[in-house]
Amino acid sequence: MSLPSTTLLDLKATLPTTWASGLGRILGEQELVKAWIEPNLDSGLRFNSGALVLTQTRLLSLDSSNAEWTSWDLASGQTLEHRDHAGLGAIEFFDNGVRLGVWYHTLGMAPAVSRLCEAFLVCQTLITDPNAKIEAAPGGCPTCGTPYAPDQDDCAVCNGEAQGPNNGWALLRLVRFAKPYKLPLIIGFILTLMSTGATLVPPYLTMPLMDKILIPFQNGKPIDYDLVALYLTGLVVSAFLAWLLSWARTYLLAWVSERIGADLRTTTFTHLQTLSLQYFGGKRTGDLMARIGSETDRINLFLSLHLLDFANDVLMILMTAAILISIDPTLALTTLIPLPVIVWMIHLVRGRLRFGFEKVDRAWSEVTNVLADTIPGIRVVKAFAQEHREVARFREANNRYLSVNDRINKIWALFAPTVTFLTEIGLLVVWIFGISQVAGRSITVGVLAAFLAYIGRFYTRLDSMSRIVSHTQQASAGAKRIFDILDHVSSVPDATRPVPLERIEGRIELRNVGFRYGSRTVLRGVDLNIRAGEMIGLVGHSGSGKSSLVNLICRFYDVTEGGIRVDGVDIRSYSLTSYRRHIGLVLQEPFLFFGSIAENIAYGKPDATREEIVAAARAARAHEFILRLPQGYDSLVGERGQALSGGERQRISIARALLIDPKILILDEATSSVDTTTEMEIQEALDNLIQGRTTIAIAHRLSTLRKADRLVVMDRGKVVEIGPHDELIAKQGAYHALYLAQTRQVEQESAGDSVQDAVA
Amino acid sequence: MIDFQLTRNGAGKLVLVTRDGDVHEGVLPVRAFPVAAPEFFIALMSSEGKEVLWIEDIKKLPESVSHLINEEIGLRELMPEIYSIHSVSTFSTPSEWDVDTDRGRTKFTLKGEEDIRRLSLWTLIITDSHGLRFYLKDMQALDKNSRKLLDRFL
Repeated sequence: MSLPSTTLLDLKATLPTTWASGLGRILGEQELVKAWIEPNLDSGLRFNSGALVLTQTRLLSLDSSNAEWTSWDLASGQTLEHRDHAGLGAIEFFDNGVRLGVWYHTLGMAPAVSRLCEAFLVCQTLITDPNAKIEAAPGGCPTCGTPYAPDQDDCAVCNGEAQGPNNGWALLRLVRFAKPYKLPLIIGFILTLMSTGATLVPPYLTMPLMDKILIPFQNGKPIDYDLVALYLTGLVVSAFLAWLLSWARTYLLAWVSERIGADLRTTTFTHLQTLSLQYFGGKRTGDLMARIGSETDRINLFLSLHLLDFANDVLMILMTAAILISIDPTLALTTLIPLPVIVWMIHLVRGRLRFGFEKVDRAWSEVTNVLADTIPGIRVVKAFAQEHREVARFREANNRYLSVNDRINKIWALFAPTVTFLTEIGLLVVWIFGISQVAGRSITVGVLAAFLAYIGRFYTRLDSMSRIVSHTQQASAGAKRIFDILDHVSSVPDATRPVPLERIEGRIELRNVGFRYGSRTVLRGVDLNIRAGEMIGLVGHSGSGKSSLVNLICRFYDVTEGGIRVDGVDIRSYSLTSYRRHIGLVLQEPFLFFGSIAENIAYGKPDATREEIVAAARAARAHEFILRLPQGYDSLVGERGQALSGGERQRISIARALLIDPKILILDEATSSVDTTTEMEIQEALDNLIQGRTTIAIAHRLSTLRKADRLVVMDRGKVVEIGPHDELIAKQGAYHALYLAQTRQVEQESAGDSVQDAVA
Repeated sequence: MIDFQLTRNGAGKLVLVTRDGDVHEGVLPVRAFPVAAPEFFIALMSSEGKEVLWIEDIKKLPESVSHLINEEIGLRELMPEIYSIHSVSTFSTPSEWDVDTDRGRTKFTLKGEEDIRRLSLWTLIITDSHGLRFYLKDMQALDKNSRKLLDRFL
């Protein structure tokens, strides 16, 4: 028997202080704590923790309510069983069929519970036979029990904990993507500064035009045409400069932001590819497509247009304010009166808008989700005549989108006119105050004219600046959803210091493997040793955990308990790509990408020569049917390409697996979706494929597994029988039952066929 | 040098005699990679659709044999090469194209933009509504008008 090394230690030192002393009083001199847990639910399933402690001779339980210890002496005939359902786990203690106790817990403590059950077995064995040999498993993680690789000293599973999400303002985090474009951004900023400056010259020139030319003219002086020409030239030159500079600036900054947007998209997609299947299992295609497609686009638009305008506006306002103050500080201050009100309003509306836009985005994802569901499933929709239902579903999603938008527009519709109204008021204030100043001779008419020209611009800017609120919030909602993806850490983390993997033999060992998907326990306590080159057939009812086991071996998911080793090293210690390169996978539903047949066969090895592709196709019995297609290996397949039958597609996927020459081969129901004749053809191809490789085949039809060295029968997440076909038949167990059920079915089918033949 | 014989019989069919002395009448040469590597990888298929001979490089065969094969393929495969595009009926699909090819001037209907397949940056294969393929070797070599028309579809 082998068990984690922790079971052999005395754990007294690590006991929780709340009950350690109480326990110490009842434990005997030589009694050592071997394992303990704190079941966190009481018998009424309320959150109340008690304690369950195992020593080498006793099992002790502390009930949370009465704070008294109950104890049972260990004896043979007792069992400690663990079961769980929908997130709730239960430990039951039996003595010869009589239940002595039951404890409930949530599934977070499942690894500890299974350690307790193991330790119980060990202690029980030692009581009946003190000389029994207990072999300690090699070092493993003390928290999760995962065995370590020979040169590994920290746990890949526990240390791979996801970092908390970054809560920084999402838009600011885009700075990371702006870094490579520092220089063009600085140039762009200088250009912005200059062009804004240039646009501020014309109003300044209205001052001397008024005071030195028009007003003296009104007072009877002739017009000085040279001076007029000088000022007007100034106007034209500054306008021209402003045009040129803002053109250069707009182009340059749009160029940069396009690149930032593209980088953002690529980064997101690259990151998405590294995420585990678990992530994709929980996400919907439409939602992900909306995030990578339209939201990066929106951020991009924001960066290239709105942010630019915003920066420009801020600059303009600051410069205008400076100029106004330099001309006349008192008048300047009055003009700025509405400003705080507007700022306050922006602040007020911003929060509401942001949540509103996040809602809009989610509603939009919902709309795309309906599309992404319906279009690939169109055959089912039509077959069941549910078009109207899909339309209703779409309309519902679309209506939600509509109503969320309506709500935002309500805020928005009020906000923008209010800002405009306030700016008008501001203008009015300047008129009133300015006229009284002119009347009091403290400023000239020219100064007032310049003020009005400036203030007009000032408030238009303020108005457009307030408009950016909506775009900012929109982009920031988008950025948040993008960073949602980028912050997600793969649940199948790549090894930080990977064990190099050049060639493998293909020896696979599964040690006490447990796996939970969400709160559902799919596999538990699976132990299996597969020799290099051996073919294993996995059989069992659907839902017995066959596919999950294979997914774990491929490392699409990581085990929740225990460990899987290939050639003696835990697979979590290999780098993912180098490990998966040695695995060939043939699935029930072969997926062909859009492209030629040759490209599809060479998918796992893009640099394969045409000779290699043809050789793989020949071995997969695909060569001849490919030659019969009008364009041979160049025929297009995939989404819109040549229609291939299920068997043909399957043989292409077998050729794909053959080409990479993997040491480990996994056939997940590779022949289930085709008829018996096609299956026989595919079987021939498979027989070629499995030679010299460790093969794990899942099949419903037991006849497919006639070449398997050993069969592994699974039931409800556990291995129930292992052995060659004949041995299992002789045993008359679970496999025998499966086999009988199937032979009967085959007989019935063939009887049915012959009846049909007779009728025909 | 080669261990088979290929001749054309009186009925116009190709007759293959393999090294083992098997005689196959009416064999069909098929290109395995008609687009990517038309000069290489040719299979001779028997009339039952079984592969009887595999030729990796046709240039290594004696002139007489390669001539027979090329002749047979030439008669079975039609892939006109587009030299210029005179007009297209509309820029949305389906659209009728009026083109000049190495086989003369013709019209065909393009069903959808996805029927234009890019082989490389400047090489295209355009499939018409009946499955006939047109080859466009070099987009840059087209005249200006053709390029302008084509550009609306890419």
